[in-house]
Amino acid sequence: MGLDITWAVDWVRRSADVIAEHRVELIKLDREIGDGDHGENMDRGFQAVLPKLDDLPAGSTPGDVLKLVATTLISTVGGAAGPLYGTAYLKGAVAAGSATSLDGSAIAAVLTAARDGIVLRGKAESGDKTMVDAWTPAAEAADAAASNGSDVAAVLGAAADAAATGSDATIPLVARKGRASYLGERSAGHRDPGAQSSALLLRAAAEAASAAAGA
Amino acid sequence: MAAADRVGVVFVSHSARIAEGLVELARQMAPLARLVAAGGTDDGRIGTSFDLVNAGIAEADAGAGVVILCDLGSAILTAETALDFLDDETRARVRIVDAPLVEGGVAAAVAAEAGDGLDEVVAAAESARAPAGGAGATETGVDAASVAAPPTKAAPHATHTRQVTLINADGLHARPAAELVKLASTFGQRVTVNGTDAKSLLGIMSLGLTKGATIVIASDDPDGREAVDAIAALAESGFGEH
Repeated sequence: MGLDITWAVDWVRRSADVIAEHRVELIKLDREIGDGDHGENMDRGFQAVLPKLDDLPAGSTPGDVLKLVATTLISTVGGAAGPLYGTAYLKGAVAAGSATSLDGSAIAAVLTAARDGIVLRGKAESGDKTMVDAWTPAAEAADAAASNGSDVAAVLGAAADAAATGSDATIPLVARKGRASYLGERSAGHRDPGAQSSALLLRAAAEAASAAAGA
Repeated sequence: MAAADRVGVVFVSHSARIAEGLVELARQMAPLARLVAAGGTDDGRIGTSFDLVNAGIAEADAGAGVVILCDLGSAILTAETALDFLDDETRARVRIVDAPLVEGGVAAAVAAEAGDGLDEVVAAAESARAPAGGAGATETGVDAASVAAPPTKAAPHATHTRQVTLINADGLHARPAAELVKLASTFGQRVTVNGTDAKSLLGIMSLGLTKGATIVIASDDPDGREAVDAIAALAESGFGEH
């Protein structure tokens, strides 16, 4: 069973909910090592996507939803997260193509393309204490799960688990990219807000997939 | 030269006021250049806006190209994303330059004002990468400018030389320095002022010439006499300040 437009729309709604719910936490994380606007910016971006979901034309694909998220985040987020997430969703949309349903391998390809987009845009590597530290293990876990023949909900579950572990692993790191890098050694001991929001968004994707499988 | 033919410059900052201030500052030395501020978010907060940068590129682009200068991290990311969305033909003439926003922006604006091509305007902005002041800035300015200019060495025996005493009360400050660079840029020949490329604004400004200083204008180009004489005449006139 693959994931269709219903899953994609549900993922965006769950994303908006989880970002709103964790808005203050993300602001707090960003205030510790950045400029403190990550929670507010992400919340504004996803809230701006919500009304647009209702205007999607009939016959839209999961790729169309990802593209809508991309262009909206790029235009509304304002901080570095706008171009970074915008590029991630855009590259993910290209990988999804015009398919009406995405199986485990297709989802793994979407996550890998999204990760590549973030790396391309931000030029960060693993261990730089950025979103990449959540996305790279997530894309790798999704790829491994899909190769083992796991169903699509399990593929996204593996990605979400790996992203959460990756977010935890940013805590001791010294930032080498982004605003936090200005703090040098003082950035160690704090969780990266971008890695955390990435983990939240991938968890929302997995939950939407579980809900779709149970439906 | 009409403004329509000039390279445009877009200032991308997290702050609308920084971007607007830079346009105001650069406009003093480059009144006719296409200078566009793209600072802050759509609703005036601190941040950068994809839509404002996109519109800024469109406004600055008259077909001769656009140079974009950015401040902190996400300004560069937003500008790069905006480039991704341009059609291939437009993207080919838009460059994001890694240079200090103020110094690079002013140098780019002056080069654009003088009617330089895209590569020269980029080189002018990049010449600001060296530490401010001192020999390093001067040397880098010369090096960056010579990328565009013919690779002639600074000649120990200049073919044409004029010596002028600087009469401006405030020395060779930003405006007269820009006048000098603009005039020098209208000539194809390489001209130096006290050994520094006369087409490099940052090089000329970093000479730190004060009133009473001796200016040696020289060219090792056989056809450089006209350029040397024109710059000498401009200096003797006090750059229009007297």
